[in-house]
Amino acid sequence: MTLADGFRDTELARGVLAGIRQASTRQVRLMEFCGGHTVAIMRHGIRQLLPPTIEMLSGPGCPVCVTDNSDLDKALALARLPGVILATFGDMLKVPGSRSSLQEARAEGADVRIVYSTLDALDIAGQNPACRVVFLGVGFETTAPTVAASVLQAAKGGVPNYYVLSMHKVCPPAIRAILDSGEVKVSGLICPGHVSAVAGSRAWDFIALDYGIPCVVSGFEPLDILQAVRMLVDQLEKGESRVEIAYRRGVTPDGNRRALEVMAQVFEPCPARWRGLGAVPGSGLRLRDAYRRFDAEAAFDFDPGPTVEPEGCICGEVLRAVRTPRDCGLFRTVCTPASPVGPCMVSSEGACAACYLYGAADE
Amino acid sequence: MSERILLAHGSGGRLAHDLIEKVLVKPLSNPLLDRLDDAAVLPGGGRLAFTTDSYVVQPMFFPGGDIGRLAVCGTVNDLSMVGATPLYLSLAFIIEEGLPLADLERVLVSVGDAAREAQVQIVTGDTKVVNQGSADGLFVNTSGLGRLAEGTEISGSGARPGDRVILSGTIGDHGIAVLSQREGIGFSTPLVSDCAPLNGLVAEMLQTGARVHAMRDPTRGGLATTLNEIAAQSKAGIRIEEEAIPVRREVQGACEMLGIDPLYVANEGKLVAMVHPEDAGAVLERMRRHRHGRDAAIIGEVRAEHPGRVVMKTALGASRIVDMLVGDPLPRIC
Repeated sequence: MTLADGFRDTELARGVLAGIRQASTRQVRLMEFCGGHTVAIMRHGIRQLLPPTIEMLSGPGCPVCVTDNSDLDKALALARLPGVILATFGDMLKVPGSRSSLQEARAEGADVRIVYSTLDALDIAGQNPACRVVFLGVGFETTAPTVAASVLQAAKGGVPNYYVLSMHKVCPPAIRAILDSGEVKVSGLICPGHVSAVAGSRAWDFIALDYGIPCVVSGFEPLDILQAVRMLVDQLEKGESRVEIAYRRGVTPDGNRRALEVMAQVFEPCPARWRGLGAVPGSGLRLRDAYRRFDAEAAFDFDPGPTVEPEGCICGEVLRAVRTPRDCGLFRTVCTPASPVGPCMVSSEGACAACYLYGAADE
Repeated sequence: MSERILLAHGSGGRLAHDLIEKVLVKPLSNPLLDRLDDAAVLPGGGRLAFTTDSYVVQPMFFPGGDIGRLAVCGTVNDLSMVGATPLYLSLAFIIEEGLPLADLERVLVSVGDAAREAQVQIVTGDTKVVNQGSADGLFVNTSGLGRLAEGTEISGSGARPGDRVILSGTIGDHGIAVLSQREGIGFSTPLVSDCAPLNGLVAEMLQTGARVHAMRDPTRGGLATTLNEIAAQSKAGIRIEEEAIPVRREVQGACEMLGIDPLYVANEGKLVAMVHPEDAGAVLERMRRHRHGRDAAIIGEVRAEHPGRVVMKTALGASRIVDMLVGDPLPRIC
């Protein structure tokens, strides 16, 4: 096997590409909402291979990138409290808040631990009864159910020292906010694969119905994405708008019912701030009253300080697809993955990092 | 540079590179050190190569190896990468109070086995024990001395336009095998680390009389970081082809699941060599007959264009930059 096998089968992919070139006559703009798609598109050089009729835009679907500085500052303030262990997914470590990052807080003595699962955070709570363990709940529909499950388990097992700082977000309201703003004209949407595995492809029906924009749920391999583009082009050429799935090995129309139930049991919708989009109604998830005692915001007395946005950084506009990473004066000069200014350069799924790491060779 | 040492400074990528160049080497600068090859080549009658490396790995025992085997192979390989025949190793332990003696004994048996396999002798050693919490179980340092044949000139700065880039086998085996065992990730895979001494393979390659200009073992930071180092040091461009890079199905699958790129995943028994185009065929053939080079492949070539940069032709036919690793490759949230 080489790097090019399986869902990367070169011959098949070239065939799909040829089909796209033949089918595409209208000028269209397709947005991939999900950061994982952005990375895959850049990594495999898909943009370069599409015909000039197809323009690709990157959306705000990177949970790390859309975490607002005010939320990051809360996490940093919590991490610095004595007797607190902050458990987080590794992606969040390097993201700069208003004044520093969790990585820097850790080097200065804060107890920040990387976990790969929420249940690891529960274990840490069990092993450190004298400390209070705060799990940094960042992520979309993919992550929120696992955090909900950890809360249920903590409630059941009587874990008194486990808390969640919920910055969870759900995707559909954010897409609606982008479309409603009218800032960017989108002809078709590549819908997120993992989010749809939980939420179901029906979560996007409103886009096809209310906005007349065709949607295709895609996986993350080159063939998945090319197939999704082909399906979008076919709909657009015929003037149709439906939700289709190009990722049937992972996604069904109804999604993962059990995961959705657990999520709904523990969390309720609330307004949330998205970097770039601002406050989006109904796009956040907060703990329901029955589980309020696990809510770090309610349980701790802490001061996140005033929010400061990095000067010159256009991450907000990049997340709205109004501008691209290369439009940023800091890109590649001041802002690099080693010394990132904005979150889109930090996250492995951020548009700026993808552009930096996987940019086309001739650019 | 940040004001404090971050964990990311140890990950073998861009930050580690900056730390070495800007902080560690500058105050100690001398011509032998400044070459920044895997081992220093010492002048004088009968040229010697000298290297040192410290080993920290979690978990200490992993499928296909352990910290002891790693400590021997890593240093043997660093000597091999400048074309030296490894001869003598030192072995030093920093042991955390409370380490089970049985674990230490198991590591030592493994060190002995690996040394026999690599035909090197452990000739000196040291042991320190520190308080619980001051080390993570066991840290190992090995230094190694090797001898160079007359006329051997292999260096990370030696790649020349036209050279073929030969990779000795599949990438990412070690990193994924270790990751699969790590607390919290734990997925089951038949994969084992490729941890192996490469001096036998290198000896075979050099016996062909081939003009091997540059060689490195792509450990932490993976193939992508190693190729970037060679491109920068040699002031040459490197172009590789995605389709030519061998990777095991299990590695590809795990990487897809975790959202990481096999180009950045560590290897402990692979090498990449820049070989004169007329000699590349013969070297490749000889490598494929050796058990550590069975899957060897020509994956690209050195170019005069885009000096210092690595560019990859993707399987779909596009071209993209391949940069150094920045920080640790971390599994994705989403």
